[in-house]
This record gives sequence, C-alpha cells and structure tokens, in this order.
Amino acid sequence: MHHLIARLARIVFFAGASLAGSCLSAWAEPLGEADARHLLARTGFGATPAEVADFARLDRRVAVERILAGARTQATLAPPSFVEEPFFPYYKVRALSAQERMAYQRRNVEEGLQLREWWFREMLTTASPLTERMTLFWHGHFATSQQKVRSSLLVYRQNALLRSHALGNFGSLLRAVSKDPAMLVYLDSAGSRREAPNENFAREVMELFTLGEGHYAEKDIKEAARAFTGWSLDRDTGEFRYRPFFHDGGMKTIFGRSGRFDGDDVLALLLERPEAATFITRKLWKEFVSPNPDEREVQRLAAVFREARLEVTPLIRAILLADAFWSPSNRGTIVKSPVELVVGTLRTFEISPTTLRPAVAGAALLGQNVMSPPNVKGWPGGDAWINSATLLGRKQFLDRLFRGSDAMAAIPMQAMTAQGGATAEATPEARFRHMMERGMATYSFDWDRWARAFPGEAGRAARVQGVVLAIAPVDPSAALLDGPALVRALTADPAYQLK
Amino acid sequence: MKRRDFIRFAAVAPVAAWCLPSLAAASRRLLILVELKGGNDGFNTVVPFADPAYARLRPRLALPRESLLEISETAGLHPSLEKLLPLWNDGGLAIVQGVGYPAPNLSHFRSIEIWDTASRSDEYLDEGWLTRFFAKRPSPPGYAADGVVVGSADLGPLAGTGARTIALANPEQFLRSARLAKSEAGASSNPSLAHILRVEHDILLSAERLKPGSDLGTSFPAGPFGAAIRTAVQLAANPEGVSVIRVTLNGFDTHANQLGTHAGLLRQLGEGLAALREGLLEVGRWNDALVATYAEFGRRPRENESRGTDHGTAAAHFVMGGPVKGGWYGAAPRLDSLDASGNPAFTVDFRSLYSTLLEGAWSVETRSLLGGQFDKLGFVQA
Repeated sequence: MHHLIARLARIVFFAGASLAGSCLSAWAEPLGEADARHLLARTGFGATPAEVADFARLDRRVAVERILAGARTQATLAPPSFVEEPFFPYYKVRALSAQERMAYQRRNVEEGLQLREWWFREMLTTASPLTERMTLFWHGHFATSQQKVRSSLLVYRQNALLRSHALGNFGSLLRAVSKDPAMLVYLDSAGSRREAPNENFAREVMELFTLGEGHYAEKDIKEAARAFTGWSLDRDTGEFRYRPFFHDGGMKTIFGRSGRFDGDDVLALLLERPEAATFITRKLWKEFVSPNPDEREVQRLAAVFREARLEVTPLIRAILLADAFWSPSNRGTIVKSPVELVVGTLRTFEISPTTLRPAVAGAALLGQNVMSPPNVKGWPGGDAWINSATLLGRKQFLDRLFRGSDAMAAIPMQAMTAQGGATAEATPEARFRHMMERGMATYSFDWDRWARAFPGEAGRAARVQGVVLAIAPVDPSAALLDGPALVRALTADPAYQLK
Repeated sequence: MKRRDFIRFAAVAPVAAWCLPSLAAASRRLLILVELKGGNDGFNTVVPFADPAYARLRPRLALPRESLLEISETAGLHPSLEKLLPLWNDGGLAIVQGVGYPAPNLSHFRSIEIWDTASRSDEYLDEGWLTRFFAKRPSPPGYAADGVVVGSADLGPLAGTGARTIALANPEQFLRSARLAKSEAGASSNPSLAHILRVEHDILLSAERLKPGSDLGTSFPAGPFGAAIRTAVQLAANPEGVSVIRVTLNGFDTHANQLGTHAGLLRQLGEGLAALREGLLEVGRWNDALVATYAEFGRRPRENESRGTDHGTAAAHFVMGGPVKGGWYGAAPRLDSLDASGNPAFTVDFRSLYSTLLEGAWSVETRSLLGGQFDKLGFVQA
C-alpha cells in the first residue's frame, strides 16, 4: 500500500496527469519495443533497431525526459560556407546585367540545395531529432519560401532562428520571427508604409500564426497593419531595421483596445488572447498525437501551455505524457510527411549516403520541398500528403531504395531515367526527378549489417516488423519472408506510410 | 510486369471496353478548370480604361490605354493576353465580369475553400462542388476517373470522398509507376489507412483505363503551366477518359512589384489557353470541351505602397470551348462605390458560373448541388 501511494505521488508530481487506474503500471514499467518505437517515431525521424532497444528499457517519464533534455538550440553540423559571406543587397541584384543576374540566380539555387542538403544531414545524424522535428514544424507554421525571399542567406538565418527557439518560448519565437528579414520580405512588411499599409503580414499573423480564423475582425487586421508599418530591412546588411518615418504613430483600436500601438504591442495583444495557446496546442496535437484533436484534452493542454507562459517544452512534455499519446487507438494514425518518410527511412535502415541531394529531391517530389512551402499556410499535412501522384511517388522512392541493394535492379532504373529525360528538364518536377533518379543509384541498404541487431532467425520477421511498422501490415504475408525481401515487403505495405 | 508490357496493357484496356454496347453513347462533355492561384488582379486583366477611377486608384499600376488590346469602347485586355485575341474576335471567348460572392472573405485559404466547396461565405462544407456532383452522377462506366488534377497536390473542387480523382504530373509517369500499387480495396477503421487504401484502389482502377498520351503536333509553352496544359490535352485525347481536368497556374498573390510579375503570369495564361485550344482541336475534343478560369478572389482596385495589390473581391474570368458563345457576361464591378476594405461589390455570383458550367457540360439540375438557384449566364450554346 505504501508503495502504491509513493508511486501515485510520483505520477501526480511528474505528469500532473489523470490517475486512470489502467495506466498506473505503464508509468513505471519499461516501455518495451512497441512503445519505444512509437515515442521515437513521433518525436523524430524513424529509429534504428538499437535506439528502439535502448529506449525500450526506460519508463515513460524517463524516456520523455531524455528526449526533452537532449534538445538543442543550434545545429550539430557546420552550415554551408556561403552563410559566412555578406548579404547581397536586392538593389544590387537589380543593377546586374541580364547575364550576371542569371549567374546570381543559378548560385542562389545551388546555395538553396546546399542548405536543404545540410538540413537533411542534420535531421539524419543529430542526437536530438526532436529539435529538428520542431524546427520543421515551425518552418511549416511560419512558412516562408526561398522563391520569394530570393536570398539563401536570409533563408538560412531564419532556419537558425527557428531552431534556436524551437523548444523555447512561443512569444519570443513569434516576436523574433515577425522581425525576421525572410519573413519581412515574404509577407511584404519591408515596404509597408503609413500612407498605405500592406495588410499581408497583419492578416497572416492572426489567421495562421496565433489565433486562427474567426477570432478577429477585418478591422483588427487593418488597424494592426498600421501598427506594423515601419518594420523594415537595412538594404545593405539585410537585417531588421525600424524606420520611424514609415511608421503610423496614430491611434489604433484592436480587439476593442485603443492606443498608439506599434508592432510589438500588437504581438503582445495577440499573445494575450487565450485562443493563441489553444491554436498552437491543437496544431501540435495533430503533429504528435492524432489527426483528430480531442477538444477537451486540447483545452486541458492549452491551459498547461498558458500556465507555462507559452514555454513550448512544458507543453510538449504534457502532450507526450498524455494518455492519448500512448493510446493504442492513436498508433499508426498519422501519415508520415515526405521528409519523415525519406529521412526516417534512411535513419531507420542506417543508410548514410555521401550525398543527400537525391533525398532532398525525393521529398520535394513527394510534396515537401523544404525552404519552399507551397504558400504562407505551409504544408496542409495529414491525409493531404497522400493522393494518387504522391502515393505512387512514395512507393517508387522506397522501391528504388531497397532495390538499390539488388544488383539486378540497376538496369531498369537507368532505363527509366533515360525515358524520363525525354520530356526535358522543363519543369522543376522534372529536374528533381532527374536529380533523384541519378543520385539514388549510390544509395544502398546493407541488410547483413542492419540485421545484426536481430540475432537468430527464429522470430526475426516479427521483430523486424515491430521496428519498421507502427501498426500491423495490410498484407500479412511479409511475415513469411526474410532478408532484403522482408524489408521490401514491409516498406511497400500501405502501413509503412503511417507513423 | 515490364514497363513496356504495362503500357501495352493499359492501351488495350479501353479498346476492350469500347466493345461493350453501353459505351457508344457514354462519352460526355469535358470540363477543364484553370485555377489562377493566389487571386488574379481582374482590373489589370480586363482593364476598364474608360473609367477615370481606374487610373486614379492606380497611379503606378494603371496600364496605359495605348498598350491595351481594346475589345470594347470601355475595356481592353492586358497586352500579355494577345494570344486570346483571335478567339475573342471569332466570338469564341466569353468574359464573365465581376465574379465574386456575398460577404467576401479576404483570406486565401478560406476564400478558395468557399470557391472549391461552392458554399456560402459563412458555411463550412467538407466536399468540393464537383465531388458532390460526381457522388450523384458518376462518370459513365469505362471512364478512367471522374477528375484528374494536374500538377498540384491539393484537389480543390474534387476534394472529398465522393469522386474518383487522380492527381498526376504526367500520364506516362503515372502509368509507369502505377504497377507499384498492389492492394485491392480494403477497408480500415483507421481513417488515414482507409484513405491510403482508397487512393491505391483508384490508382489501379484508372491505370487500367487511362491511355498514355499520343504524340501531339501542338507545341506547348515551356514551364510548368505549359507542361500541365500538355498533360490536359493528352488526357482529353481519350474521349472516355475523364469528365474534369483541373490545372493550376501559381503565383497570383502579387502584393509587391506587380507589373512585371503579372505580365509574365498573364503571358503564361494566354499562351497556355491558346495552346490548350489548339491541342483540343488537334485531338478532336474542342467541340465538347468547356474551359473556365477561376480564382479565390480578385485584387483591390487601389494599389498599395509596394507597387502591388492586396486581397480583393470580384474579378473577371474567361470561358472558352466549342460550345461557348463568346462575348461579355455580367457587369464590370463599380469602382466608384467601394466597401470598407476598399473593394467593389460583385455583380455575378460564382455559383452562377458553376451552374452554367454544370448545366452546359452535363445538363444537370444544380439547385441542390449549389445550395440554391443561381441565374444562368447563357455562355453555352444550346
């Protein structure tokens, strides 16, 4: 009895969670492989058999704390060298000759590819996949695209900014990202003046960044747009600069409150709204728990978030310790994003290629070209990742990856590349396809090395399946296979698309 | 199966289907939708040069009258649309002016949701307007799919579960990789898995019936939009292929430095539509095709300080195709009475456009589909 009370006290202390009797044992018991796999897949990019085995020995609380404690604010890998070079001002681009401008654009595209490759490598090798998952989450939330920002340096700086706040304070992140040069360019704040304020940022900061539709009026947007005037760029350094001459210092009324608000005041007003915490919590639920938020739980977690003064780590902790996170009914309910599919597959199967460019191109073909989200709303995610084109693309990517280890498969793959070239490199899609197909010939999966984590042939298929799939396969006949054929069958199964 | 075998197999399938007696009369008109993503500036597309308010509201963005392609005493087309001029002169291009909806929403996402679901501004529907149509009136047996979305991940008016929709970049690529879809339609209580299984099933079904495109004599513009138009023509070449094709031209969210960007976009649009017409003529589908543009909204009449335009309301749209009676429909939005956001009132409800297209393409009653009775615009010849 005494023992039970001590255990109860620990649960109350650490989880502040419900005391559902059925869960009592789960907290102090070792996770086991299935739970360890679930935690690692949901907070990272796949997981190697060794990582799964390692976490399987920890109890829930210890496992979650270990993941949170590993969080970083900087990348482990050194960024591409171009980030050391000074900013190349936009007005100088305009002065270039047509030929110079072409060269400049080509360089920008190349730098963008280096940047994506560097980030993929970080995702693949980092000791804190959660840091990269959250950086990617904020990138989708505060979406900006290199196509419009047109400076790979500013895009890099924003990526570093998102990482530095990824598990920090949401208010600090919002304030920083609102003055981030890539954002100022992307949402046209940089040129907004008091005579005619540009409403783009004012609208999106409410609709997409903090409150969600229905929690503000058109008038609030108009007034906020006036408050944001004056936030601009230093044209030579590409850094944030406040230009008082552009700022509208007059009275504004936002959410029924009046004052000579500036941009920071508006952000403070937004952060005060209780809807902000709920909006972010609901989105994180979809990221970590399931596509269908349980509204009562969202309200409870949002209260935790507000209580923590919008610190992200306590919210993530509360989500990962929620019963819903561990519930069997939520396993395998979320479609992997293309980046999760591509990087997660490489990570799970311990494939560490010399170049990640084909992986970058692969994810882009599947609908997620990082640093280039489709629009300010970011990637819609969930079931929207899967349509006939992207599902086939996913299957193709996996098919090639796991046939690459098969010498026989090299020939048809080259043949396909030749045919694909016929429609020319007219579209970015075709270029990415070419890049992926050419490069993936160098990707190979080494079953013999990987399978050392599963000694003994008895029951191996079941253990491999437990690491590879979140839920039972649609086609159970894979269990009859072994070796690379087993991996091909499991990754070809529709269940592999889910995490 | 080797790729070559697969294509041969795919090419044979429609021939086999053709032998079935019920199919001889089963072909239906083809609707092609062209989405102008981001919200096209209608005022610099069909330019009301004679309205003094136009130049007054746009000191830097107004297009000089002498540069316009004058098509009436009061309006001209943007010079980049010159490829559409012959069709206009032949009476085959309809311009529907002032298309919008009551209580406009200026958010891209909400507004395109309203357009895609044909809902009221304050009403939230889950399924696309074409999805609702196909749920009641599926394509004739033998069709590869109800709709094909070319080069875009979002299915727009075809979103939801009532329609068989295929998204693809190009048909050859699609047929090459369709062999990887294996599982037969299965059900699952896990909604995401059920979605994947459904998509997989649709792939198998349409891959059996989609003909890969033949070699075309038409030359298509370079770039993604030209490639999408080429794909649309390839798909249209099969008269029992699909009922709807949707292509997208991206980039219309022109908040800053609009003039150059917009000229480039409209050039792509004009050249793309002209190539689409030529391609449809070549494959013998022009006479039963309806092609219509749409967008989530137009742009504000008054230019902003960044030499761009902010989110607006009503805009002009184009409709063309063999059955189309060219000319003017609707009325130009009035620039002398703007609402609180600086936008004009619409003159044609977008559901009138849809209603005319639905009835023109497939002779259907649209009241229940569109949630009300909307005036027909009369641009489809009886």
